[in-house]
Amino acid sequence: MRHSKRERAIAILLISPTLVAMIIFIYGFIGFTGYSSLSNWRTLKPDFTFVGFSNYLTLFRNQRFVIDMRNTFTFTTLFLLSSILLGFFLAVLLDQKIKGESIFRNIFLFPMALSYIVTGVVWRWLLSPGTQITGPVGVNMLFDMVGLGFLKSGWFTDPSIGIRAVVIAATWQTTGYIMALYLAGMRAIPVELREAARVDGASELQIYLRIIIPLLSPITLSAVIILGHISLKIFDLVVSMTGPGTGFSTDVPALFMFDTTFRGNRFAQGASIAMVLLVLVAVLVVPYLIMSNKKEVER
Amino acid sequence: MKIASKSIQVSKILTYLFLVIASAFFLLPIFLLLNTSLKSYENVALASMWDLPRDLGLDSFAQAWQGSPSGAFRGLRENFLNSLYLAIPAAMLSAFIGSINGYIFSKWKFKGSNVVFALLLFGMFIPYQSVLIPLVQSLQLLSRITSPIISSINNLNFPGFLSGIPAFIAQFVPSYGTIGGLILVHVIYGIPIATLVFKNYYTEIPTDLVEAGMMDGAGILGIYLHILFPISVPGFVVVLIWQFTSIWNDFLFGVIVTPNPRVQPVTVALNNLAGSYIVEWNVQMAGSLIAAVPTMLIFIFLSRYFLRGLMAGSLKG
Repeated sequence: MRHSKRERAIAILLISPTLVAMIIFIYGFIGFTGYSSLSNWRTLKPDFTFVGFSNYLTLFRNQRFVIDMRNTFTFTTLFLLSSILLGFFLAVLLDQKIKGESIFRNIFLFPMALSYIVTGVVWRWLLSPGTQITGPVGVNMLFDMVGLGFLKSGWFTDPSIGIRAVVIAATWQTTGYIMALYLAGMRAIPVELREAARVDGASELQIYLRIIIPLLSPITLSAVIILGHISLKIFDLVVSMTGPGTGFSTDVPALFMFDTTFRGNRFAQGASIAMVLLVLVAVLVVPYLIMSNKKEVER
Repeated sequence: MKIASKSIQVSKILTYLFLVIASAFFLLPIFLLLNTSLKSYENVALASMWDLPRDLGLDSFAQAWQGSPSGAFRGLRENFLNSLYLAIPAAMLSAFIGSINGYIFSKWKFKGSNVVFALLLFGMFIPYQSVLIPLVQSLQLLSRITSPIISSINNLNFPGFLSGIPAFIAQFVPSYGTIGGLILVHVIYGIPIATLVFKNYYTEIPTDLVEAGMMDGAGILGIYLHILFPISVPGFVVVLIWQFTSIWNDFLFGVIVTPNPRVQPVTVALNNLAGSYIVEWNVQMAGSLIAAVPTMLIFIFLSRYFLRGLMAGSLKG
């Protein structure tokens, strides 16, 4: 399409507020944070004396940060596995031409409409083990009632479980999303493909393993990117559900950054945590963005 | 054949069984929320948390909404309204900006527009921790300019029942610690997703339509106003719902930008309420339900558009 010069100028003019905002509020601010992380800013009063990477060195030697990184790794791995496996399984179930599909689908999906704060508050009570005075409460009490008492657990109050208990709440919230992605993907696969395989004598299991799962791999990739960046950044859910926990057993870097920066006023140190988070997310997302940009150009 | 049909029946039964078990898992927290909030105050003991309510009572809601009668803790009423004043204008503004951007990125591509778009999209994924420090600093700088404006608005005297108007307007002025400041932040960081949804939406619309408009002598703005905007309603609904939901549910920006409890959005207030040891758990549950109601209603009545927003957010387009 040929555009006149004037129209082009207007197009640039229309997009320019966004460009300015992007340059300042995304990249400029990231640059500012990056520079702060190399500075000596440790009180409310900014101090931009350059100190090199010393904040990072202190950070990597900080016990809380080491625990946080381990927690993030545990959380991300378990959260991705549980959300994707459960989401895929539910999508397969809903793909079987069942009655009441839309009701089930909405039941699985509605937690996505809620705030992590709401989720955290409710799951905190569900996974509270209870005290000597109250006896078992929440899910533990439910287990007692249905004769599954051996499943009782200290959940997030038990440091050996810690962040894994938060995975349950996070999975509850996002599985419906993954299910919806997979279900849409399955519906887009031509029926003929499955029927041809059936004619060739493939079992339903084989059809899923050999045809459907490979065809859905772009969706699995999206799911990994989406869930991965959510879990690296997770903050609200931990704040409202558990806080840092005993011995930081439920702590995450985002919470550490918040405490360091906005409660402790150690801005340079906080900025260094933020930059580590940013790098982690960038490693996950940037290749994906470059890849989809290439596809876009080819189109 | 008989064996085959029997095994089909068994697998059908198993399918439903699994679906029902999964539904129980997903509904359990909602059951607890409703069950607890609806009980009268005498029946809310932790030991009977799974028992159905013997008598209905809205005391928990009343306390979560208005605060404790003794004034020991604040209710969510003000914060609920704050969230409405925040989420509605912010969602509308970012939908408007996103629509213009999406139009340019889909129908008026310029040199390097794909790269610019990818750079913009990255803003959707960044951990906001990496911008919070300069964000607070900038908002505090902005306050130096806007706080005289705020105080002069507050100094206006309106008679009688109109006396609340200046304070109402003043809260929308962008500044550190005001709803206006939060609106600004949410609009800016909402631009990437809003642009993405509209770009995908307009890409689906045939370029012939735009070219026909140009033949008729319409310019870039005329084509937008007369051809694309009128058929953008579904796109706007998707973005408005998405933005309203994510702004309503946001916690991080709220807790950073608004330190004053009376200005905070409902999620921040709920977190304070639930973190307080003097607030009974049934009040916390009722508070959670209150904070969840607007987005739940959207989900129930507009789930089709909600789903489309989720799909758009998945970045396949």
